[in-house]
Amino acid sequence: MNTTTGPRVFVARHAMGRAVEGIALVAKDGFSARYDLDRIQGVFSRPTHRLAGKSYLDRVLVLDTAKGGVASAWMLNEMRSRGVMPLALILNTVNPIIAQGAAFGDLPLMAGFDGDITALIADGARVRVDPAAHSLTLMASP
Amino acid sequence: MRLTEEEQDMLAGKSGEVPRIALAHQVAVGEFFGAADFVPVSQAHIMADTESLGEAGVAWLEMLAAVKGGRRRVRIPTITDPRGTDFSQSVLLGHTRKMLGLEERTIAAFVKLGVMLTDTCINYQTVQPATRGEHVAFGDTGVVIYSNSVCGARSNFEGGPSALAAGLTGRTPRYGFHLDAHRRATLKVRVDFTPQRLDEWGALGGVIGRLAGNYWAVPVIEGIESAPTSDALKHFGAAMASYGSSALFHLVGLTPEAQRLSDVADASIPAHVVTRADVEALIGATRKDGGVDVVVFSAPQLSLLEMRDLAESCDGRKFRVPMLAVTSPQVKPDADRMGYTRMIESAGGTVLSGMCFYQSYAREIAEANGWKRLATNSAKMVNILGGYGYVPMLASMQACLDAAESGRLA
Repeated sequence: MNTTTGPRVFVARHAMGRAVEGIALVAKDGFSARYDLDRIQGVFSRPTHRLAGKSYLDRVLVLDTAKGGVASAWMLNEMRSRGVMPLALILNTVNPIIAQGAAFGDLPLMAGFDGDITALIADGARVRVDPAAHSLTLMASP
Repeated sequence: MRLTEEEQDMLAGKSGEVPRIALAHQVAVGEFFGAADFVPVSQAHIMADTESLGEAGVAWLEMLAAVKGGRRRVRIPTITDPRGTDFSQSVLLGHTRKMLGLEERTIAAFVKLGVMLTDTCINYQTVQPATRGEHVAFGDTGVVIYSNSVCGARSNFEGGPSALAAGLTGRTPRYGFHLDAHRRATLKVRVDFTPQRLDEWGALGGVIGRLAGNYWAVPVIEGIESAPTSDALKHFGAAMASYGSSALFHLVGLTPEAQRLSDVADASIPAHVVTRADVEALIGATRKDGGVDVVVFSAPQLSLLEMRDLAESCDGRKFRVPMLAVTSPQVKPDADRMGYTRMIESAGGTVLSGMCFYQSYAREIAEANGWKRLATNSAKMVNILGGYGYVPMLASMQACLDAAESGRLA
């Protein structure tokens, strides 16, 4: 197991929501609540998604870009109401729908880093998300 | 964000609780994107199927609709995307009483809020298209990309809560495609052929959407040989938005902001070539051996001209597997009056209106009816339904109808 000697901090240009800390689930792939998720089971369900079959429950999702349609704007709130929700969403690029959905569904969201955040954060790493400070801190590598 | 005096009063609740909630949501989104201020909008269009809303979303709408005091109704024409069912066909679809109850509650709340229940994702063909430079707040990615690109209007993707908020406040944060800077092309695409069929137009949109890759990328496309029809650009844009999250494209010499390449593009932007083989590869990758359980024409809803083509192509056929054709409540009466509905039903098909297949509890429909392998001419629907457990296959309208007769997609 690798460990870091000190926390590494990544700064996001866009951020909203509460501060949270948790384990990252990382893939160089997109995110859409309608296209990619089985929201009842809490897993990625699109067969071609790189996280297919994996649970997103209480994970800090670190993905490439927001994809697909407008449904996520409602669905994040619906997922929140049932407690089947990721802890936070971290993206390289974001679209308005995910931002609107995060605002409506109380999901911490950060996007826009110097560098590919899906390459900078390893799957399974422990991270702290602090939108007020626009900071994503790598607490421990897996 | 810089707020006007009226907006400050709204945020302070002086217009009532409903506008306050709406504007507070819009400020949060606007500040996330660095919007300087708000821009007035003339229309809003709300995506609000109840699979997306769930109990939580429906209860939120009911909360807004029940607020006493202050202003509760929308300030501008505010219309709806497809509902989550066609009440007249809910038994066929396998929709449960619970699903229908959520739909009924949503409709009741929207009526109290002054929303017009148009239930369509082709409002640019059937209600009122936006005009060049008109700022609007549209939901449904297909509606946005068509309005931005073909009509020259200005909208971001506005999810349901944000589109309703725009209706309630009459404005939206000024960022993204409301700004000139974001409407410039970021990649150039030369195509070496002009599609003829709608599935090909959708597949071309899908290929370019994948190339574009994210919401902020704007493709400018050269090489289209003649003016496409509205239905062609409907499938093209809807698929591009679906595969790429794209909200705007330009066709050189065809769409209003790109009479010349230099109108929208700098010489330095990346250039790509898309060939017929790329389009055929996208279509081919969806094709699987074996039978077809259901054939669906939807996403976007069919125009009157598509209904005519479909009806005439049904002549003399007898379908072995269910064939569903989904249109808007505005088109359906004309299709009835002109005999198209009867022609489709005579072959064994079913015409649905006011819903869209993937927005109508697609997973539950599949489980209720034993449908898994689905043939369609909509690239957008193919892109969506994989996540719902379907094996969706893209083919021409004629090939889909052949499959509805034979049970196999050739």
